[in-house]
Amino acid sequence: MITKKDVQYIAALARIHMSPDKLQGLTKNLADIVGYVEQLQKLDLKNVKPTSHAVPLTNALRQDTVKPSLSNEKALSIAPQTRGGCFQVPLVIE
Amino acid sequence: MTHKNMSQAFETVIGLEVHLQLSTKTKIFCGCANMFGSAPNTNVCPVCLGLPGTLPVLNHQTLLYAIKVGLALNAHINPFIKFDRKNYYYPDLPKGYQISQYDFPVAKDGFVMIKTDKGPKRIGIKRAHLEEDAGKLMHDNTDNCSLVDYNRTGTPLIEIVTQPDLRSAGESYDYLNTLKLMLQYLGVSDCDMEKGSLRCDANVSIRPAESTSFGTKTELKNMNSFRAVKSALEYEVGRHKQVILSGGKIVQETLLWDDQKSVTVAMRSKEQAHDYRYFPDPDLVPFTVDYKVLDQVRAELPELPGVKLERFIKQYGLNEYDAGVLVMDQAAANFFESCCESYNQPKKIANWLNGAMLKEMNERKVGISELGLTSVNLIELIKSVEDGVLSHLAGKEVLTLMLDSGKSAGQIIQQQSLAQVSDDAVLMAIVDEIIQQNPTAVEQIKQGKFAAAGFLVGQAMKKSGGKANPKKLNELITRRISHA
Amino acid sequence: MKLHSLTAHQILDLYKTQKASPQEVLKDVLSRIGLIDSRVHAYARLSSQNDLTQGVCAIPIAIKDNMCTKDEEITCSSRILKGFRPPYDAAVVERIKQNAGMIVGFANMDEFAFGSSTETSCYGATYNPWDLSRVPGGSSGGSAAAVVADETLWALGSDTGGSIRQPASFCGIVGLKPTYGRVSRYGLIAFASSLDQIGPLTKDVRDCAMLMNIIAGYDERDSTSVNEPVPDYTKALVHDVRGIKIGVVKEAFVEGLDAQVRTAVEGAIDQLKKLGATVKEISLPHAPYAVATYYIVATAEASSNLARFDGVRYGLRQSPANMRKNGLMDMYEETRAKGFGDEAKRRIMLGTYVLSSGYYDAYYLRGQKVRTLIKQDLDEAFKECDVILTPTAPTTAFKVGEKISDPLSMYLSDIYTITANLAGIPAISIPCGFSKQGLPVGLQLMARAFDEEMLLRVSYTYEQNTEWHLKKPSL
Repeated sequence: MITKKDVQYIAALARIHMSPDKLQGLTKNLADIVGYVEQLQKLDLKNVKPTSHAVPLTNALRQDTVKPSLSNEKALSIAPQTRGGCFQVPLVIE
Repeated sequence: MTHKNMSQAFETVIGLEVHLQLSTKTKIFCGCANMFGSAPNTNVCPVCLGLPGTLPVLNHQTLLYAIKVGLALNAHINPFIKFDRKNYYYPDLPKGYQISQYDFPVAKDGFVMIKTDKGPKRIGIKRAHLEEDAGKLMHDNTDNCSLVDYNRTGTPLIEIVTQPDLRSAGESYDYLNTLKLMLQYLGVSDCDMEKGSLRCDANVSIRPAESTSFGTKTELKNMNSFRAVKSALEYEVGRHKQVILSGGKIVQETLLWDDQKSVTVAMRSKEQAHDYRYFPDPDLVPFTVDYKVLDQVRAELPELPGVKLERFIKQYGLNEYDAGVLVMDQAAANFFESCCESYNQPKKIANWLNGAMLKEMNERKVGISELGLTSVNLIELIKSVEDGVLSHLAGKEVLTLMLDSGKSAGQIIQQQSLAQVSDDAVLMAIVDEIIQQNPTAVEQIKQGKFAAAGFLVGQAMKKSGGKANPKKLNELITRRISHA
Repeated sequence: MKLHSLTAHQILDLYKTQKASPQEVLKDVLSRIGLIDSRVHAYARLSSQNDLTQGVCAIPIAIKDNMCTKDEEITCSSRILKGFRPPYDAAVVERIKQNAGMIVGFANMDEFAFGSSTETSCYGATYNPWDLSRVPGGSSGGSAAAVVADETLWALGSDTGGSIRQPASFCGIVGLKPTYGRVSRYGLIAFASSLDQIGPLTKDVRDCAMLMNIIAGYDERDSTSVNEPVPDYTKALVHDVRGIKIGVVKEAFVEGLDAQVRTAVEGAIDQLKKLGATVKEISLPHAPYAVATYYIVATAEASSNLARFDGVRYGLRQSPANMRKNGLMDMYEETRAKGFGDEAKRRIMLGTYVLSSGYYDAYYLRGQKVRTLIKQDLDEAFKECDVILTPTAPTTAFKVGEKISDPLSMYLSDIYTITANLAGIPAISIPCGFSKQGLPVGLQLMARAFDEEMLLRVSYTYEQNTEWHLKKPSL
């Protein structure tokens, strides 16, 4: 059963601020959905291989040839904040 | 408890993770140039900036390089390789996940042999996998902001992870040097720690000497040289002992090495429990490696340093030191062999290469190939010395001139009249002058202290501008004094 | 002549005989949009440049708001991407431009394609042209509504669990999800990478084939793109289904299926029989698990795909008024809290949960395994039939607001369409009738991987013998 504490943990992992008033409703939503997907638990999946790709392809490779990059101006044109040719963010604490 | 008892009571357990940037022309998943030192955010494109809708496509060369590294590590190359997403947030990580490899890395279960006091030791390699590098962050504390440069984002990396087989900081240092040399031989990276193309993190723990279970480990980061890795490990092992002996407990955490203060410090950010949510990257398909590819890459493998060392000792009769110095530099080792092909004096060639030539390379801060000298040039010079045309000293001078001018030894000897003077009449004049100026030394020789003769020969050499044949001088001095 | 009410192939015929020009067509479509889009709200925004490309193929097209178009604002109908102008074209957009298609505008959609009703768009809902109090389906609801309301000649949508077919069904048009790998995903803002596929929404089957001819094909920038020759899909428009074996999925005709939908679909089955197809009942025993499997796999991938919307490089950036944790962390959490709507948050959270430490094996891995079983069911079924038939959706268009607060019931409206995404096979929805309330019903056909031609052939034959596709909503 998914709890409020689980939801807070997931919200932190997913970097979504969760106000206390939204927590209740979201926990119920997620509990419903997780309850629904629980039906998979009754299937016997021993010896079943997982499928990541429906169409089995292998070895999609590219040659080591240089292609044009974006100009610095173009790359930064979409950024919310820039300085000195770089993307600017609030101070990162290591 | 004395310090000695402390070190006897514990065993150190170290595992290392080396990140190596591969020197491909382009990045691992896009066509941007894989280049160091460009202006910020100029080697970037929609793919490596992680713009929505863009997709990665694996650079074939990175896969071949990784297989090469795997084979050199004596590792098993997985016939089935896949990429996974490692999910975490950091401003230098444009997609919010790093494309890495989780359960099917390129290579696993290899080893590297290192030398120890107790003989050769096998260091197990757990795995070697491909992944993408992150960007670079610059912090501006005064303005309370950080700046991100994504040029490095998507640089191909191979991560080489050892088993926890290393038992000391010194062993770790030796492993790193052995590994680096091997990687340089492979030609897959410039292995330059200053540029960050080779980086190393360490996991360290200690345990009672007789124990087989592991103690709590700490992870060390931010070491910018092998020497720093060694110092950090030494410091951290000491700290672990101190904490445990004083009844404390080691906390599993990541620590940063402060090279200036020579201490490890906890990261300021409160690290969350790592929950990377690895899962197969649906944007990339799996890769298969068949025997054809393996054979092809194996055929391209160079002779690796360990094998070369043994061969040099056996084939050329070199001592371990001389062979070792040569093998340390792949280009020099190759140069040595091409010299030996036309002049069968391996020991003399090794002396020149490890002596005068190495000095010139260090002074000029270049590699042997940048000296512009051919093996034919060097042999001509060595032969001039061996035949007595040049003194050893003059030979070194001629080498310098050869490198400065690009001329051959013969041309320089002729122009500079550096050929050794063996003419008795000319030398006797110098000898007479020296004997007159150094009565004390002459007296000592007469009393049987023949070492003083060496001093007089030196003085005479100086006077001749290094051109005199020293053997001849010695003869003349001895004769003059005993006949006086 | 009302040019906008024609199909693309009819317009092409007019170009050939010089009875219409691309300028006239575009002008006509734009005036139609001006007249009715305030009520339908099919578009998130119109193209900033309507420079008319000359050429026989210049047909106005609507693009779903999740396909990158160089220097145009593309947002996935999400606040978090407001103002984002990609510096590159998606592969399909390149192909549209190269073939002289005119991009009229960007169709409204459920935010990040998370939804089946086009109600979760940050621009507000799109309304069903057949009944403006109802939803057009989703997530490509804007594309479907624009086509049926004659606000474009044709449109592109994307389909992760039914997002082309279900709105096509609700709006009474043709919608095709091609085989996974048939159309390049490069430049399609990802929802679930292993399920997403771009496809056409058109007024009839011929247009569908023609648009497939433009967008299908290998692209080296998409590792999952398949390097197989592309047929001329218009050659598949053969009026003959004799001998074609159609399997009707028995698990689809159970509780939860609307009676009127059932009647319409059964009518279509009879019609196909009369036209010479062989119809037999088949079983897909794991089909009932498709929705659960889908919501694990799709949300897991989505949670990772949407991690890049972090306020650092593009799009929205927000910070709270008062410091909570630290500058950077607050920026991340506030940007994503403000930028994503409720459904996006739910799916990101669910996906994060099923991948998180301790739950991966119980959910994600399990989902991947059930996916294998679902695929195996289909492989088995295709041993005895050429086409698999189900209703496209269990109901006709529902009311705006009816399911928005009950996510699970919304998810169940994709119950028939999800299977094709999980298995990677092509599937089409074509109109097969109307309810008493005048709402369209869709018929879904699925075929083997890379056999879109089979779908087009059966659909074309059915369409030639029915008139459902000729009906228009009165607006």
